Amino acid sequence: MKKAKALVIDVRDNVATALDPLEKGSTVSVDLLGRVERIKLLSAIPMGHKIALTTIEKGQAVVKYGEPIGLATSTIGRGEHVHTHNVASRPRPVGS
Amino acid sequence: MTGFQGYLRPDGRAGTRNHVLVIPSVGCSQMCAQSIARGFKGAVYLPNVFGCGQMGEDRSIVRRTLVGFGMNANVFSVLVIGNGCEELSAEEIAGEIAGSGKRVEAVVIQQAGGTRKAAARGRKIVREMLDEAEKLHREPVPVSGLILGTECGGSDYTSGLSSNPALGFASDMLVAEGATVILSETAEIIGAEHLLAKRARTPDIGRQILAAVAWWEQRAIASGQNIRESNPAPGNIAGGITTLEEKSLGCIYKAGTGSLEEFVAYAVRPTRNGLVYMDTPAHDIEQLTGMVAGGAQIAAFTTGRGTPCGSPIAPVVKITGNRQTYAAMRDNMDMEVASVLRGKETVAEAGRRIFEELLAAASGKPTKAEKLGQRDFAVFKMNPDI
Repeated sequence: MKKAKALVIDVRDNVATALDPLEKGSTVSVDLLGRVERIKLLSAIPMGHKIALTTIEKGQAVVKYGEPIGLATSTIGRGEHVHTHNVASRPRPVGS
Repeated sequence: MTGFQGYLRPDGRAGTRNHVLVIPSVGCSQMCAQSIARGFKGAVYLPNVFGCGQMGEDRSIVRRTLVGFGMNANVFSVLVIGNGCEELSAEEIAGEIAGSGKRVEAVVIQQAGGTRKAAARGRKIVREMLDEAEKLHREPVPVSGLILGTECGGSDYTSGLSSNPALGFASDMLVAEGATVILSETAEIIGAEHLLAKRARTPDIGRQILAAVAWWEQRAIASGQNIRESNPAPGNIAGGITTLEEKSLGCIYKAGTGSLEEFVAYAVRPTRNGLVYMDTPAHDIEQLTGMVAGGAQIAAFTTGRGTPCGSPIAPVVKITGNRQTYAAMRDNMDMEVASVLRGKETVAEAGRRIFEELLAAASGKPTKAEKLGQRDFAVFKMNPDI
């Protein structure tokens, strides 16, 4: 089994964290908690940054640690870099 | 029984250190306090700039922070230096600290006849206190006597994946032995507060946590700032953290999985053992100051990017999950748990290492921040001064 280069924390997550800087166009092994899947990268991923494991539609929750960490501000393709350019905090009315 | 070697105090608590503390009751007496403490090994002073001109709740926050430092079990005895016309008098602070049974003295600059005379009198008292402090030796103390303050700062992707879960394991070990563990920094539980509220011992404690989050969000918006836009900080974002929710979810791991036994305000001493929540800012130094004022005799500080932070009276054990940071900042980092990321060590194994390191530090092993003389102190305030 090839060593995983990206880490998934919870089975509900739709992103993985890159453990090394990863090149655009390369294929990485992602440890999906026991099952290793290979994902082709649509963008370069700096070390510690996130990769989409599936297509995340605009407005859909980005999930890490099994919890929503924000909403996609544009549709994110599988293998794409997930960060501040395509994710924002969920708006929450004050006092809610 | 697991334990550490500590200094027993008259009130039954145990210190991890044996400091003589010089507290300026007001900013005007700070330089005098500094000149007294300087030159004595074992004496430290608080760089307090408040004590006069605070409004509303800030008056009691400043008072209980200064008193809390004096009451902290890491302090053997206390000298309070006042100016003489301030709102928060040296006698008032000294009187409250004296309730702990330790020796407390007060010197007031206006009464002593100026800074030089006050400093000379203060030095004589500190010398006596240090001579007395030297006679006290460490004794075995159970882990249940510890209050651990937990903190994370300069977070990056490694914080939520290695250092915080490992510290969380150590926190659970401490709680299982009856210790008190403080979780705080309210702005950095935003996005994870619902998970903490579910773990509250009573519905009321859960409501207090949610209300604290709402207060901070409203307060920030009232001053024209959206917390979710200013936090994560640029360094967090460069390190791979995208949103505040992501930072918070990684952040709360450090307190383990226990039930939240109590909610306390800034610088208030918890009354229960186990995991407690203190409402503090996320500002590293104000947060640390609040937890130490609340009785923490030791702190565990996780970081990804690296931080030099330390306390005037408590050992602060700094832990990083980032191998590069550990290599680059050996001056500042006490421990590395990067092996968790590579699957070379489990979270439990790293957690046990942290537990052992915390007990070693509690028993006297100097931390990197102590070796550097890093004595950060800053009091949280809600209002401007008048």
